[in-house]
Amino acid sequence: MFDTVFILAALAGIGVATASAPLGCFVVWRRMAYFGDATAHTAMLGVAISLIFFVNMFLSILIIALIMAYTVSSLSERGHTTDTLMGVLAHSALAAGVVAISFAQSGDVDLESYLFGDIRAVTAMDVTIIWVGAALVLALVIWRWSALLTATLNPDLAYAGGINPKREQLILTLALAVVVAVAIKVVGALLISSMLIIPAATARAFCKTPESMAFIATLIGVISAIGGLLASIVWSTPTGPTIVCVAALLFIMSNILRMGKIAT
Amino acid sequence: MSIINVENLTVKHGVNTALSNVSMSIDKAEIVTVVGPNGSGKSTLIRALIGAIPTLKGRIVKDPGLSIGYVPQKLHIDPTLPLTVARFMRLPYQDKSAPITETLEMVGLTNIETRQMTSLSGGQFQRVMVARAIMHKPSLLILDEPTQGLDQRGSAAFYQLIEHLRTSLGCAILMVSHELHVVMSASNRVICLNGHVCCNGTPDVVASAPEYRALFGTGTHGALALYRHDHNHTHDHDNCDHNHHDNTQDV
Repeated sequence: MFDTVFILAALAGIGVATASAPLGCFVVWRRMAYFGDATAHTAMLGVAISLIFFVNMFLSILIIALIMAYTVSSLSERGHTTDTLMGVLAHSALAAGVVAISFAQSGDVDLESYLFGDIRAVTAMDVTIIWVGAALVLALVIWRWSALLTATLNPDLAYAGGINPKREQLILTLALAVVVAVAIKVVGALLISSMLIIPAATARAFCKTPESMAFIATLIGVISAIGGLLASIVWSTPTGPTIVCVAALLFIMSNILRMGKIAT
Repeated sequence: MSIINVENLTVKHGVNTALSNVSMSIDKAEIVTVVGPNGSGKSTLIRALIGAIPTLKGRIVKDPGLSIGYVPQKLHIDPTLPLTVARFMRLPYQDKSAPITETLEMVGLTNIETRQMTSLSGGQFQRVMVARAIMHKPSLLILDEPTQGLDQRGSAAFYQLIEHLRTSLGCAILMVSHELHVVMSASNRVICLNGHVCCNGTPDVVASAPEYRALFGTGTHGALALYRHDHNHTHDHDNCDHNHHDNTQDV
C-alpha cells in the first residue's frame, strides 16, 4: 500500500492542503467563496488551452486563473459583484472550459480527472511543482499576514496604517490563482474551493485568534488529504471527492463538538 | 503650527462632487470638530486625510513627523474571524512589546485582552478601537462619528475620555460628529461642512454664524433642522426624507 504512487499522492495532497488552508481562511473571512469558485472553474479553460496548443498545463491554468481572478476582483472594486454575477462567471467558465476541451485534438481526454482530480496519477514532477507553488503561496501569505488581516477587517483601517488594501487584494488574487493551478491534479476544478473553505470553516470552532485558525485549518487540510487518500484506497473510491468527504465529516464533527461546548 | 494642511481639496464620488474647494488645517494638540448634515462629505474628508480616496484637485500637506491614529465609524467583524482584543490591538503592527494592557487602562478597560471582539458591548468596542488608535502615540487622532450607537450617557463619558486623552497624550484630535451641542463645548475649533466649508472658527463663532444656522436651525429639533437644510442646498441626501408638507415632524 505504501508504494511510490501512495507516497507521491500523499506528498501532493499535503502540499495542496498546506497552501490552500491558510489562504482559505481569508476566502472565508472576506466572503469570497464564490470568487474562489469562479477562479477555480476557469482552470478547465486552462486545461483546454493546454490541450489545444500543447503548452504546459500548470502555466496555462495559472495564467487563465490569474486573468479571471483579476477581472473579478476589479469588477468587485467597481461595485459590480453581485452574487448573481459571480454565479454567472463561475458556471460559464466551467461550461466554456468543458466545451473547449471537446475541441482538443486528442479524443480520449479523461474529463473526470480534470473535474475531480486524479491524485494517484501525479508524477514526481507534479509534486515538485505543487510544492514550489505551495511554498510561494505560503511565503506570500506569511509575508503579508498582518497587512492582509487589517485590509480584511476594514480597508480604511488599512489605509490609515499605511497599507494599500487594493495591493493586498491583488496578492490574494495571485495566491488564489497559484492554488488553483497546483490543486487541479489533486482535487479537480470542481472541488478546489472546497479545499479552501472546508478546513477553514472547520477550524473556526476551535480558535480564538486568526493565526491559530490558519494553523489548525492547515492541520485539518493535511488530515483530510491523507485520510481521504487512505479511505479511497481501502474502499476504491475516487480520491479527490473522498478527500473532500473526509474534510466535510471533520467539519460536521467540529460543529457538533462546538454545540456541545455551548450547551454545557 | 499646523500638523496637517488641506488646500483647496476637491474630491469626487463617481460623478458627484463630494467635496469642493475645501481648505482647513489642524494645529498641534488642537481639538477640531467637523459638523454637517448627512451626505455633507464629512466622512469623505476624513477618508481623504487617511489616504483612502484620491484627491481630484488641491492637496493635503502632512507634517513629516505626522502619525495618524484612526477610529473608523463602523467596524464589522465577520463572525468567521476569531479575534481577541489583544490581537486586534496589534493590528497592523505585530509589535510584541506593545503596551496593550497599559493602553487599555488609559481608556478605562481592564481584564479584557483575551475577550473576543464580537463579545464586547458597544461602549467597550468603541473604547478598544480608540485604544488601538492611540497605542503608538499618534500626533493626530481621527475619529469618525465615534459615538454613533452609544446612548447619551455613553457618549458624554466618551467625549470626556477624548478630552482627557488630548491632555495626557498631547495629540491633536479631529472628530466628525452630528451631536452638535455636546461636541461644541469640547472643541477648540468647529468646521461646518456641506460639500464645501460653510463656516469655521471657535464654537461660539460658528454657532452664531448665519451659514451654520441655515444648516442646523436654532432650535433643538434636529429632524427639522435637517429638513430645512434640504431646501437651502441642492446636494443629494439619501438619508433625508422629502415629506415637504409635514412641518410637525420631530424626534
